[in-house]
This record gives sequence, C-alpha cells and structure tokens, in this order.
Amino acid sequence: MLSRVAERLYWLARYLERAEGTARMVTAYNHLALDMPVADRLAWAGLVSITGSEDLFEARFSGYTEAKVIKFLLGDKDNPGSIMNSLSHARENVRTTRDLLPSEVWEAVNELHLFARSNLDSGWTKRGRYHYLSQIRSRCQQITGMLAGTMSHDHAYHFIRLGRNLERADMTSRLLDVAAVSLLQEDEDKDADGAGFEGLLWVNILKSLSASQMYRQHVRRGVNASDVLHFLFHDKAFPRAMAHALGEVESSLAQLPRNDVPLRMAIEIKRHALQSDIERLLEPKTLHAFIDEMQQEMAELHSLISETWFSLDRAA
Amino acid sequence: MSIDWKSYDANGFYDELITARGKPRPAGSVLAKYLGSLSDQEINERKLAAEHAIIEMGISFTVYTEGGNIDRAWPFDIIPRIIARSEWDPVDRGLRQRLTALNLFIDDIYNEQRIVRDKVFPAEVLAQSKNFREQCRDFHPVHGVWAHICGSDLVRDADGRIYVLEDNLRVPSGVSYMLENRQVTKRVFPELFENYRIQPVDEYPAQLFDMLASLSPRPLDYPEVVVLTPGIYNSAYFEHAYLAQGMGAELVEGSDLLVADDDCVYMRTIEGLERVDVIYRRIDDWFMDPEAFDPDSLLGVPGLMRAWRAGNVALVNAPGAGVADDKVVYAYVPEMIRYYLDEEPIIDNVPTYLCMDPKQCEYVLANLDQLVVKPANESGGYGMIVGPHATKAQRREFAELIRRDPRNYIAQPTLKISTAPTLCDGHVEPRHLDLRPFVLQGVRTNVTAGGLTRVALNKGSLVVNSSQGGGSKDTWIVDLGSGG
Repeated sequence: MLSRVAERLYWLARYLERAEGTARMVTAYNHLALDMPVADRLAWAGLVSITGSEDLFEARFSGYTEAKVIKFLLGDKDNPGSIMNSLSHARENVRTTRDLLPSEVWEAVNELHLFARSNLDSGWTKRGRYHYLSQIRSRCQQITGMLAGTMSHDHAYHFIRLGRNLERADMTSRLLDVAAVSLLQEDEDKDADGAGFEGLLWVNILKSLSASQMYRQHVRRGVNASDVLHFLFHDKAFPRAMAHALGEVESSLAQLPRNDVPLRMAIEIKRHALQSDIERLLEPKTLHAFIDEMQQEMAELHSLISETWFSLDRAA
Repeated sequence: MSIDWKSYDANGFYDELITARGKPRPAGSVLAKYLGSLSDQEINERKLAAEHAIIEMGISFTVYTEGGNIDRAWPFDIIPRIIARSEWDPVDRGLRQRLTALNLFIDDIYNEQRIVRDKVFPAEVLAQSKNFREQCRDFHPVHGVWAHICGSDLVRDADGRIYVLEDNLRVPSGVSYMLENRQVTKRVFPELFENYRIQPVDEYPAQLFDMLASLSPRPLDYPEVVVLTPGIYNSAYFEHAYLAQGMGAELVEGSDLLVADDDCVYMRTIEGLERVDVIYRRIDDWFMDPEAFDPDSLLGVPGLMRAWRAGNVALVNAPGAGVADDKVVYAYVPEMIRYYLDEEPIIDNVPTYLCMDPKQCEYVLANLDQLVVKPANESGGYGMIVGPHATKAQRREFAELIRRDPRNYIAQPTLKISTAPTLCDGHVEPRHLDLRPFVLQGVRTNVTAGGLTRVALNKGSLVVNSSQGGGSKDTWIVDLGSGG
C-alpha cells in the first residue's frame, strides 16, 4: 500500500481515538464536578492540562471557567485537539483514503462529523452536554467496530490499529498524569484543608476510561491509588490499560513489512510499563516523572513509525 | 393529487416525457402515471429520502470559490429521464463510430498526417492547436487508441433529434455521478424498477478496469493499475476516489510515483517501490510531467513521458489526445468519419460556424444576438456567451474577442434544447437538460446505457454545469419489448 495512504489511515485512527478520549474525559470531569461539594476544588484547568494545551488556552481565553474550557475542548477552531477539529481531520483522512475503506465507514464518519458540527451548541450547555458527548463516544466506537468487522485485517487495517492504540496509550498516560499533578497540588494544600479528594479522583480516572466496572470485576477491591495504578499500567486484558494498548501496538507492528526498528522500540516501551514499580510510583513526583518518560518514548516510537513507512524519501 | 400533467407546459420545447398534448411518451407512461398517483406529502418524502441518501452516501462535488474550496452535496432531481432503447441503439452505434474515427484522426495527426495532406483537415487549424503536443509525435500507443475514455455531450433540439454538442477527450468527468444517481434512484423509487426493464449501468467500473488492464505493457495476471489524481482539492476528486475504489486500484498522487533510471514507473509503498503498469490519469497533460511540460508543476511525475514513450507504462487517456477536444476540430468530425471509415455519420453535429473562416466569421459577428459563441478549448461552460441572453455591451466585448483571435472561437445557433419534468417546490416544471454518455475504447468498445443527464435547475437557463448551478437526474434506457 502507498506510504501516503498508510500515514493517513494511521492519523485517521489517532484523530478518532483522540475525539473519543476527549469526550470521555470531559464526561468524567463533568460528573466529578457535580459530585464535588466545593466548587473551586475542581479546577477546570486540570482538563486543559491533560491535553497539554495550557499555553494555547491561555493565549485564547483569560481564566479557566467551565464554559470556556468546554468551548475550548469541544469546538474551538484554534485548538487543534478540540473534538470538532479532531473529527474534521478524521473526516478529511477518510475522504482522502475512501478507496481503501469500506464505504459504510465513510458514511459513518461523515455522519459523525455532521452530528458533531450541527449539535455543537447543545454540547456547550450543561443539559445537552451528556447526550452530545455520549453520542460522540458511541459513534466513534461504532466506527471502530465497523473497521474491525468489515475491513480485511491487512496492512491498511494494522496502520489503523497502530494509530488507535498508540493514541489510546497516550491518552491513558495523560489521564494518569493529571492524577499525579492533582496529587502534587493537593500535597501543598493539605495543611489548609485536611480532607483529601484522592478517592474521588481515582474513581474518576477509572470512569473516564470506562474502566471502573472492569476494575471491580478484576481487582475485586476498593478503589485505591496502588490498585488503580497497577491496573492501568500492568493489566494486559483491559483495552485502555497501558500494557494492553502497547501490546496491540506491538502486535500490529509485527504484521508490517520492514518493521524491526519500530518493533524493537515498542517492545521496550511495553516492558517499561510492565516493569514499573507501583510502590515507588505512589509518590506523586516520581509518578509524574515516570509518565513524562513514557510519553517521550511514545513520541519517539511515532517518529520511528513515520520514518520507516511514511517518509517518502526513505522508500525511494 | 400533486402532479397534474395536463397543466404541465413545456412551452414549445421538445419535452422528454410529456408531449404537447399533455400526454406521456410511450416509454414514460408508467412513470408519469405513477408520479401522478403520489400525494404532495409522498413526493416530498421521496425528495427528502433522496437528499438524505446523498448526504449519507457522501456524494459531493467541490466548488471553487473565493473563500477556498467547498465540498457540496450533489444536486439531484428525483424524476428520472427516460429514453426508449429503440431510440438509444442508434445513438450507441453513432458514439462508437465517432470515437473510432476520432482515434484514427489522433493517431494520424501524430504520425503521417494523411488527412492534412489530403486537404480534408486544414493545416492551419493544426498549426494553431493548443492541445497538440509535439512530444507525442511518431508514437503508436497500444491498439492505436489515444482517447480510451470519451464523454460526448448530446442535446436534443426542438425537432426531436439528438445532436453531438461536443466531445470531451482530455479528462472527461461525471461518470461516478451517473452511477451514484442510479443508486439513489433505486433507494427512492424501488417499485418503479419492477415495472420497467431498465438497462443497468453498474458494470462500468469493471469495464473500465478491463480496458485499463488490457493496456498493460507487462503480460501479468494482475497488472498494477492506478488512478492518478491532482489531489483532494480537485473538483472531481470525489470521482477519482470513487472509480479507484470501484476498480480496486490505488488512488495515487504525483508525489506517490517516481520514474527510476530504468524508465519504469514505481509507486512508493510501505513495502518499498512497486512497479506501475497502467495509469488512468485525471490530471491535464500540461501538469503531468514537469520534465516534458510545465516545469513548475508540482502535481506531476518527472520522467512520466519518458516512461510512456519507452513503452513501459500506459497512460490513459494518452497525452496529446486532447488535440481532438478542440471545438474547431469538432466541426470536422463528420468529415473524419467519411474520410477514415467511409461511412455517413450516424449522429449529427450541431451546425457550427468557424470564426477562422472569414465568411463564416462575418456571419457570426452580424448575428451575435442569435448565436452561442464558445472558445475552442475551454470546458465547464467557461468563457462562452449565449447571444440572446447577453447584453449589448457583452456582445460588443465578445465581438472584439472574436476579431482578435478568430481561430479560438466557434458559434452555434441557440438550440431549443429539450426539457424534462423536474421537481421544483413540490410541483413539476420543465427544465433544460443534456446527456453525457461515456464511451470506452480498448480492444473492445463499450458505451454506457444512457449516461449522465445534467439539468439546468434555474428556470429558463441552458447552463447545466454543476459548477454553475446545474443538477442531474438518473437516466433510464428502457426496453419496451417488441413494441419499443
């Protein structure tokens, strides 16, 4: 298959997963906000920092209010990572690879994009937000399902699976990073306030990954930092756990031609996640530093993938 | 009862469905009766269903505007246009005859130029041809075919006869919309398909692939056939992707291809370089190869012409085929048919005045208010003037253009081109239309059953191009059995 096309499919999957992940995060955060007794306890800034776009936000808005953050994450034209922009990019990537994808996928992505755009206003309201985001989430999942169920699991499919799982691992690491940053924050505030929100925070992290039910079934214990970290770093069966997502990356890489360099890197990152010492990571500073390392490694893997298969000069 | 055919008035034009007496033509009687039986609400539901299907299927076309490019939903009218098979068969034969002659002409022009020597075709027309490519001299492509795909525009005049308005031999587009129109109509009027024997159109992508594969320079079971597109911003990108998908071929851009030192074409893939055998190029000659043509073009592939001349890749349509796309050349097609085939043309040209001929030019200038004047080498309805609809100032301006460059203009009488009932705000009104069938020529020749019917959606307008407010309809060639 064409290098250019492989690249577009890979990005199609990343953008779709990013839109879904962002919809998940906002939904979970929204729920958490409703649960919190003190309004200012849950800074909406946290949501922006997950996506790593504080600078961009601050250049566009002054002050992190709910309305501004939601606007920024859902539909802001100048935020390349907003749900709307992710979906436009996804649509553009399908539009330019239609010859390879099942036509129902084009129809579904097209409809999703149309839905997201024409209902954006309702996503901004408190009342309409839940329905809007859950539609985005389930339509993204529908597309993932269509691809899995109607597309030959050939090279093209493996580039999609690669993009999806790398983005997924990245999203999970970002969410865990928010926990690290919030805990650091709380350490500083503890003297003043006393009562912790740690428990609620970990529940929320699990919920945002649709992980709380599977966590209950597999961990069979109450929610605590050590178990959640263990589950989200080491579990090989839960789709959004680092070990699982990176395992999927590895197995897709294994199906592609000329794969040795990126494959070796992927195996290394997975081992890194699996061998992390959870007791040590309970210290927020260590956790933050560790996640930073993992994100750098994933960025490096992306560059290797791009050099191996997408860069046209290489193939020539 | 929403549609009352008795009040439908085509205003003196030939109507494709309803005769002057308010009665449907034989081939259309089932359709007319059926439409007449639908309530307002039912008709509106069908229209909405079609609009929904078009959005859902993502059938779009791109319009260039000042603000950039917009991807728009394809404008479509749900009422099909019906032609009896008995009437279509001669048209089918006429199109084959025409393309055969055109290909003989192109091959001759790039080689011996017998037709010029024999003074059937004027040397000065050739000398000033914008689409003649010196780079194509002394070359014989496989099967002697240069224009493998031709889209000829047909119109019906008030006398009920069908004429060829022009031939598109460069990169004719629209066939994907013909195919999609049928899909939409099947969703909207499934019950009508039970009552008509409608010639299918779906096999076009398969015929196209077979034709392309037959040109492969390597005798392989699975030659590598690709569709070369200028990219996603091209107005016909939808079609490029559609056809590539329909054929299971790679859709490539110029940057995906390269010509190596062995003069073969390769594409860059995740496995490395793969050799390409046949390129269905949807990109103009001029942008195809910066080595041979426009050196600034970023769309093309350096060395493509070299690979083609070396016989290592087939290009479809062949470079230079556009020499016959010229509207002045068009005027000579009936002569070509007589000259090369020794036959009489089955379909007539629209009478055409050549401004390069001083006498004819004088007539054109004196009768600008009654003629349509077109530049010889534009497409998409650009740069033309419809005399009766133009202002005095516009006509003066055009007269000046013609005097300055007579070779570049032809004129034709304003045809009373036919109409068909079209849904406008819940009732039917006559709208003007044309028809673009697609002809494939390789080892064999295929003609689509019908083609793409384009409709001028604005009342009274004769301009059918989608870029200028036109829409389209499904086209049915129906077999009426022994009687039809």
